[in-house]
Amino acid sequence: MAAKKTERLLNLVICLLATRRYLTVQQIREDVPGYDADNEEAFRRMFERDKEELRELGVPLETGSNSHWDDEVGYRIARRDYELPEIVLEADEAAALGLAARLWQSAPLAGATGSALLKLRAAGIETPEGATGIEPRIGASEPAFEAVLAAAMHGRLLRFRYRTAGRPADEDRRVEPWGVVSWRGRWYLVARDLVRGAPRVFRLSRIVGDVRTEGPEGAVKVPDGVDLRAMVVREADEMQPQQSARVRVRSGSCWELRRAATSVTGDGPGWEVVELGFSDTDRFADRITGYGADAVVLSPDDARQAVVHRLTVLASA
Amino acid sequence: MSGSLAELPRLLALVPYLLARPGVPFATAAADFGVTEERLRKDLNLLWLCGLPGHYPGDLIEIEFEGDTITLSDAQGVDRPLRLTVDEALALVVALRTLAETPGLAEPDAVLRALAKVEAAAGSAAAPAERVEVALVVRDDEEVLPVVREALESKRALHLRYWTAGRDETTERDVDPVRLVTADGQLYLEAWCRLAEGVRMFHLGRVQEVRILDEPSAPPEGLPSRDLSQGLFQPGELDTEVTLALEPGAAWVSDYYPCDSVEELGDGRQVVKLRAQGTAWVRRLALSLGARGRVLAPAELAEQVRADAQRALRAYDEG
Repeated sequence: MAAKKTERLLNLVICLLATRRYLTVQQIREDVPGYDADNEEAFRRMFERDKEELRELGVPLETGSNSHWDDEVGYRIARRDYELPEIVLEADEAAALGLAARLWQSAPLAGATGSALLKLRAAGIETPEGATGIEPRIGASEPAFEAVLAAAMHGRLLRFRYRTAGRPADEDRRVEPWGVVSWRGRWYLVARDLVRGAPRVFRLSRIVGDVRTEGPEGAVKVPDGVDLRAMVVREADEMQPQQSARVRVRSGSCWELRRAATSVTGDGPGWEVVELGFSDTDRFADRITGYGADAVVLSPDDARQAVVHRLTVLASA
Repeated sequence: MSGSLAELPRLLALVPYLLARPGVPFATAAADFGVTEERLRKDLNLLWLCGLPGHYPGDLIEIEFEGDTITLSDAQGVDRPLRLTVDEALALVVALRTLAETPGLAEPDAVLRALAKVEAAAGSAAAPAERVEVALVVRDDEEVLPVVREALESKRALHLRYWTAGRDETTERDVDPVRLVTADGQLYLEAWCRLAEGVRMFHLGRVQEVRILDEPSAPPEGLPSRDLSQGLFQPGELDTEVTLALEPGAAWVSDYYPCDSVEELGDGRQVVKLRAQGTAWVRRLALSLGARGRVLAPAELAEQVRADAQRALRAYDEG
């Protein structure tokens, strides 16, 4: 059954590619084997479904009529819209493409990569499979990824429930998606929040339940000059250091603080003092507290007090 | 997906593929299309029933078999593959752009040339790729990466001076590189560690020194290949189960680490269970959470955190 249908669709593509005139549905019915010759109604339904499937696969069906006097709609496939243009890759370019093709590790883009490579191979390109030991991957395990990606690509409105850290309850959001960004291994949606009337950055892992799209494709217009990544980085990362701290660190410990330091000086046997920048006192205090007795903030005083406060709570817990 | 939605694209690619490669072996074609040879034979049996209206000899797709090779001599107009769809163009273009801005993984010049050609071939289908950006890794490992890549390509062992964050400890070790991977937005070298006598993941940003050794990389045979698709932290059976109470400001913990269970208590508070190999990193995690997190179990761990905090407080009293 499935093979019959595949055969019919392939014959339909060959037939419509070969014709320069628009073919009416009755001509198609006669020319393409597999269509019902007796039952008009059944034939029409079948042809409608076939058209739908071909369009889903990206086959550019053209409709039109052959002359001004002819008002019956016909079909054809314009070769220039159907065919992948000539593409030839040098060996090093094909190797780069092969490495790029292995980046996506999850749906839907891993599948799209596979079908894209089939087309490129069909165009005569050989992509080496070689296991070079270099295996960078982009994951997308967030359940909302597929739906959000599709909405951003097709410019449709989105609705979802969102959990904000530190807020008691999930909230309904209605947004115009501008794009999606992967930063430090996590996916973010950049969008205009329609309730708040302002741009917002959402972390995909905090979208709760189903994502729904609204309205027609192409309804969302992304403003010119939007820098998606800059918006995510601003939201996700600490800002540039604005203050400077001095921290006494035990020898051989706290390498990460030493690496970020602008200076490291000895301070008696077994200890050094590092100077380093930070932007947010609370985040800085969290980080230093994690080192326990190996790191002691000397200045500024508010950071020192913030660490002492944390330790006091922890010591009496 | 219905059968034809999966099969028609394959057949529409198979025809020009065979046309471009007269005499291609069965096995090669099957491998390139990711199907069995039996499936390929069925595809070919279907293809030569198809062709131009009339379906007289000469109108049909023509295929000849010789030994175990295939030659397609008449494609009946299906000479070229179908254009890339928006999804396909996006997958390739974004992946190439990502590689282009991640120095050290591939030759940047070749990546940019491939990108330009793929974009040109995709045409307007490539436009929505503007809506997706990927920063593969944060570059704090620029000097280490080329050395690691060279060791992998020349299959040689490496000497590392490496900082283990969980224990805040720096060690010298010789390792046999297996592969370079990304996880959680960072680059890692997976290697057999001769010091630990086991496979370890080395965060490139924590490599203090790296040197290629004058001996081949020889990881033991038959090491299991790890699946990293669920992230790098993969709790093992033998690890200690830790229960943490998290206040709203510490909700990132359950986002970041895989938890066995997450219980929502309302008002953004959670009780999470996660597994830890050794207690050093959980102690540091608990300290850095301050008042926003509390160890509920095991009791010894809670006691250790308390003692760590008391010891640290004394350092402030002295200073």
